[in-house]
Amino acid sequence: MRNMVIGGLLAGLFVVLALLSLIWTPYAIDGVDIGNKMLLPSLANPLGTDHYGRDILSMIMVGARTSIAVAVVAVGIGVVLGIPLGLIAAAQSGSWLDEIVMRGNDLIFAFPSLVIAILITAVFGPSALNAIIAIGIFNIPVFARLSRGAALSLWSRDFILAARVAGKGRGRISFEHILPNIASLMIVQGTIQFSLGILAEAGLSYVGLGAQPPIPSWGRMLADTQTMVALAPHMAIFPGMAIILTVLGLNLLGDGLRDWLDPKVRVAR
Amino acid sequence: MLTFVAGRLLSLIASLAVASLVIFALVEVIPGDPAAFMLGLNADPAAIDALRTEMGLDQPKVVRYFSWAGGMLTGDFGTSLTYKTPVAQMVADRLWVSLPLAIYALILSTVIAIPVGVLAAARRGRAADIGVMGVTQLGVAVPNFWFAMILVFVFAIQLGWFSAGGFPGWQGGVWPAVKALTLPAISLALPQAAILARVMRSSLIDMLGEDFIRTARAKGLTQRQVLWRHGFRNALIPVLTILGLQFAFLIAGGIIIEQVFYIPGIGRLIFQAISSRDLITVESVVMLLVFAVIVVNFAVDVAYAAVDPRLRRR
Repeated sequence: MRNMVIGGLLAGLFVVLALLSLIWTPYAIDGVDIGNKMLLPSLANPLGTDHYGRDILSMIMVGARTSIAVAVVAVGIGVVLGIPLGLIAAAQSGSWLDEIVMRGNDLIFAFPSLVIAILITAVFGPSALNAIIAIGIFNIPVFARLSRGAALSLWSRDFILAARVAGKGRGRISFEHILPNIASLMIVQGTIQFSLGILAEAGLSYVGLGAQPPIPSWGRMLADTQTMVALAPHMAIFPGMAIILTVLGLNLLGDGLRDWLDPKVRVAR
Repeated sequence: MLTFVAGRLLSLIASLAVASLVIFALVEVIPGDPAAFMLGLNADPAAIDALRTEMGLDQPKVVRYFSWAGGMLTGDFGTSLTYKTPVAQMVADRLWVSLPLAIYALILSTVIAIPVGVLAAARRGRAADIGVMGVTQLGVAVPNFWFAMILVFVFAIQLGWFSAGGFPGWQGGVWPAVKALTLPAISLALPQAAILARVMRSSLIDMLGEDFIRTARAKGLTQRQVLWRHGFRNALIPVLTILGLQFAFLIAGGIIIEQVFYIPGIGRLIFQAISSRDLITVESVVMLLVFAVIVVNFAVDVAYAAVDPRLRRR
């Protein structure tokens, strides 16, 4: 419970920073101020400045926007496409439709996700949008498999039988009875996938396949500073901390939510 | 068991076939004509046409797919458009770097994670356990390329124990090569070790709650004997599954880590091939990576079913 609150606060902090950056940042991040380059943290620049003299705190705030937006939309793709697929597969359990969905899942799982993400972004050109698609595709089978499994165990329950006796169709039962009952499970998984999405986006933009300049992203801030670590370590440390704290926060939140929503685990711990 | 293996083998072949189609289709979409790209801006259109014919680019896509896929089956991965050397040769050269790196990282993460996971499970709820859980929670959140940069800063730049990047090759002796791979392997191993330690811990805790553990204690075995002989050995099964799956992560993670350390492995080969529109190299290398992952997953499935007969029914 305590971890969940800490995690929620950590992740929430970066969401707030990202939203705040839409209307205000301490400094503008599109100007070059060579006179103030690579300054150590000070009162004026709490996290110092980078090799162009840009304020690192401002860069991290705008970078948060990129990372969070990419990860959220990528999870959204998984949720919007994966959950209906899983529900359909469970409703038609054993049919050819179920078989196709499950085999498709296995196939996507078999691909090394980062390799394919690199291929996709390389083929269609590096951009935030293509990073979203590349990460999002691998979220689909995660949600499809999880929702199918959860839905299958619900289909044998009495209240579903009651709904069928009442004359509801399989589609309507899936939507009205199954979906609300698996929602908490999906929220937990969504939190975990969100944190994985942040890491994946950072990796892609680190190798130059994510958001393109001049849009700041945490991964590219790290790539830019790689050759300058010896001169100004703070340039590498702070963007890295931003990634770590966001991911840590989301993981703590996800774990906490799972325990909180599932009383069995709560007792066992 | 035989029907199980046959079934898995069929789905393995189907996966590979679909994977090759997807990769071929994706690479076909890469914009730009490789022939025009190779000859430069001022090339004679006739020369470009001639090169297209030579490279087989004028043939229908279906023919090209089958000649590529058929070639892969017989070990002929095509000839790189930019390096003019067989892709198989280049891949073999690079594998001598990437594979030892992945194995090194796998060994490191196993050697670290298993004792740590066992310790945490044995001291469940106490300081050691809480410490391990905290550190692994952090380890999962650290991007490995960032960890790599910090390692370079501390151990290469500040302390000077290792070089900051590059790879001397194996011909200069094993020690310099292993030394050059040490920082990359550590940075690859960290997140994997964190995951593995958590799996080891929870798997062992589950096992220690089983009835046969109480029986073993009741017949007079010490806590330590029960932990290692009965708990640990049974708890290893899920750990082995995760280890197999991690191979895929190590391959993919290696691609980025190779960029951090300027290591001439498979990952750098892919990036160079993509930036020079070397289609045949991109296709073949990606297909090989997918092949490796699918085969490892297959092996894990079969090994798992061999150990636990309940899994054969599906």
